[in-house]
Amino acid sequence: MIKSFKGKTGEGGILPPFAFLKRTKSEDFIFLQILKASALLVSIVIFAFLVTLFLSSWPFVKTFGLRALVSRVWDPINESYGALPFIVTTILVSILALLLSVPFSLSVAFLTKTRNLSERIKDLLTTSLHLIAAIPSVIYGFWGLFALAPIMRILQLKLGYPPYGVGIMTAVLVLTIMIIPLSASIASEVMKLVPEELEEASYALGANTYETNLKVILPVARSGILAGFLLSLGRALGETMAVTMVIGNFNNFPSNLFGPGNTIASLIANQFNEASGIHQSGLIFLGLVLFLITLIFNFTGNLLILRRVRK
Amino acid sequence: MKTRKYMDKIFKAGIITFSILTIAPLFIILITLLKWGINALNLDLITKIQRPVGERGGALNSIVGTLIITTIATIIASPISILAGVYVAEFPDKLISKITAVSSRLIAGIPSIVIGIVVYLWCVKPMGGYSALAGSIALAIMMIPNVVTATAESIMMIPKDYREASRSLGANFTRTTLKVIIPFALPGILTGLLSSFSRIAGETAPLLFTSFGNPFLNLNILKPMSALPLLIYNYATSPYREWHQIAWGASLILILIVFLVSIISRLGVKKWKA
Amino acid sequence: MESIILTVENLNVFYGEHQVLFNINLKVHEKKITAIMGPSGCGKSTLLRSINRMHELYKDVKVEGRIYLKSEDIFQMPPEEVRSKIGMVFQRPNPFPHMSIYDNVIAGYILRGIKLKKEERDEIVEKNLKSVGLWEEVKDKLFKKGTFLSGGQQQRLCIARALAMNPDIILLDEPTSSLDPQATAKIEELLVDLKERVTILIVTHNIGQASRISDYVAFLYNGVLVEFGPSTKIFTTPENKVTEEFLSGKFG
Repeated sequence: MIKSFKGKTGEGGILPPFAFLKRTKSEDFIFLQILKASALLVSIVIFAFLVTLFLSSWPFVKTFGLRALVSRVWDPINESYGALPFIVTTILVSILALLLSVPFSLSVAFLTKTRNLSERIKDLLTTSLHLIAAIPSVIYGFWGLFALAPIMRILQLKLGYPPYGVGIMTAVLVLTIMIIPLSASIASEVMKLVPEELEEASYALGANTYETNLKVILPVARSGILAGFLLSLGRALGETMAVTMVIGNFNNFPSNLFGPGNTIASLIANQFNEASGIHQSGLIFLGLVLFLITLIFNFTGNLLILRRVRK
Repeated sequence: MKTRKYMDKIFKAGIITFSILTIAPLFIILITLLKWGINALNLDLITKIQRPVGERGGALNSIVGTLIITTIATIIASPISILAGVYVAEFPDKLISKITAVSSRLIAGIPSIVIGIVVYLWCVKPMGGYSALAGSIALAIMMIPNVVTATAESIMMIPKDYREASRSLGANFTRTTLKVIIPFALPGILTGLLSSFSRIAGETAPLLFTSFGNPFLNLNILKPMSALPLLIYNYATSPYREWHQIAWGASLILILIVFLVSIISRLGVKKWKA
Repeated sequence: MESIILTVENLNVFYGEHQVLFNINLKVHEKKITAIMGPSGCGKSTLLRSINRMHELYKDVKVEGRIYLKSEDIFQMPPEEVRSKIGMVFQRPNPFPHMSIYDNVIAGYILRGIKLKKEERDEIVEKNLKSVGLWEEVKDKLFKKGTFLSGGQQQRLCIARALAMNPDIILLDEPTSSLDPQATAKIEELLVDLKERVTILIVTHNIGQASRISDYVAFLYNGVLVEFGPSTKIFTTPENKVTEEFLSGKFG
């Protein structure tokens, strides 16, 4: 099928008859366009999301401006759209969950870095983390509602708080369990990249495990670990179902850490299907705000990781 | 001198304790699920559809719904994601590739409820009603990052000798890709598809405003359809004991599906890497 | 009369089931350079790393035997104490990238939480950087991170870091194998100067290097100490046939 020609040579010095060549080249052209189109499609998703959200929030923003971001009362029936409680609660719940998760993720990362531990135990740890991450959000919410909330109720009674059971703290606890796998796996990956020689040099100078891990491994892996935390925070901010089911659906500032509240995501989950007109546009606007906040954290986190890997 | 020793001991004990505490929830939740769900695991659960309170119902329509919606989502997401992944792997230096890679990672970070809102605006509003198709589209968007990454990574691991061998035999780029590269990368791609499948099977938020739910057994993807996560959400937050029971049973089924597919895909990775 | 600073007695080392060192008996002379030589895989690094108990960082490595530092059994001391008396320099230069040059020199103190007054720190840094011939080159850049230094400079920094702890012995594991010839020459010069201050035990696969700088040579082959003695003797009239073959380059 392939004949050799004198004169011009192509790849491998073998040039097929020109007709065949034209067909294969045009085949390549079409295929390439298909590939490019697919890549482009993926590339514009974020952009398309932004445009859609902007357009559908516009009716709301046109009427109320950006006041919703700083007003305190959310009462659609009376045309009051203050979203500050939800913004504050969203940030509060996410940051608390992140802070609470730090010792756990770091411990897992340190443990996986240790050479003195058998591979089987490390595999068990990794697999367990994967399974924890695989549990659907709604099941976390379900468990939180029926298993955790009663315990919280008892705790609240003991501490003299109203025994809601559901509330900020319950949501924080469930959220913490959910985001640990992500930051733990990133922290482990990043620590693995710390060269063994640095660890050995530290021990060779007479440092012990505590000192080597905290004063050499951690600082060297610092930016990657930070990136992991940023991505976890992004995940926490967007988490919907588990939070919705245990946060108590209360449309105001939580009175205390044990009280009920609402995040942006849980507000939308509760109200979107029954909302219409300006109300719906307002919820979409909040969705846009949430989208932008998580976008910033995810973008920065990914940037940090890329910089690390390049080193 | 002594403090150093103490700190070392405390540190070692600390990381072990915290690590154990980290995986404890896995067992606690599974045991709780089993304890409460095992009673609900009867034939009714998987043979009956949802019924009003007082009548004996089951999760059949939700199980079928989950399978249909998730499968269609996979069918929608695969071509685009795989082809995009091929492009990123084969032409990594082009601007489009870099933008695609970044975009893919950012999509992974979109809150699932926002995806629900946007697909509602794209599909439900224009179509005049909720539909399983809209739900599938929302879930498909969530699958894109994993499949793109799995495809690109699998392809990038192929030694360039194979590509060069194919080209030197006269095959063009298209045929090389379709007949050599993709088949080679297939195990990795399938693993990515499977793990994405298990992930989106458990998603609720994207379905709240798209597929919405349906108490009846519906096979028409242009109409609203139920799914296990939706069932669990609605029944768990209801005030009825019997519905809570059904929700526990449904949770067990859902976790079974998710874990099974997840473990199969991870075993697949191990076999492929070997 | 030279004194013996380190005695290795009946050392056997196992990686899992596999034995790597067989009954090593060695006496290291104080303030001299002893080279450990042999073909790849003969166990030289294993021997070196046994002396500062680095094997204990890893699972599955079993060490049997005794090692005495000035008649004290090092296995009866806390490992950190052993490592403060016996320093190590590695094959690839590894200054801590998150510390400045200044901090790298005193890293041993920082890591172990030993507080020093500013004057003490400054003195240690200057003294040891001068000892390795780096002071003039970096004195204006002490607070920059060390990663801009050349390979040879980084390795000298690592030697300064080990010296700053005032150890009795410094172990060097093929310290010049990743460096160019000029940097290598500088470090060889440096080690010859340093032996007045500290005992040096160096693993090298470079016969030329060993002949240039060492006072004593230990020749290891397949985990067995085949021959040990003053360099002048070993390089001219080795007693063992295997030693002779190695030195004449018959095998790597």
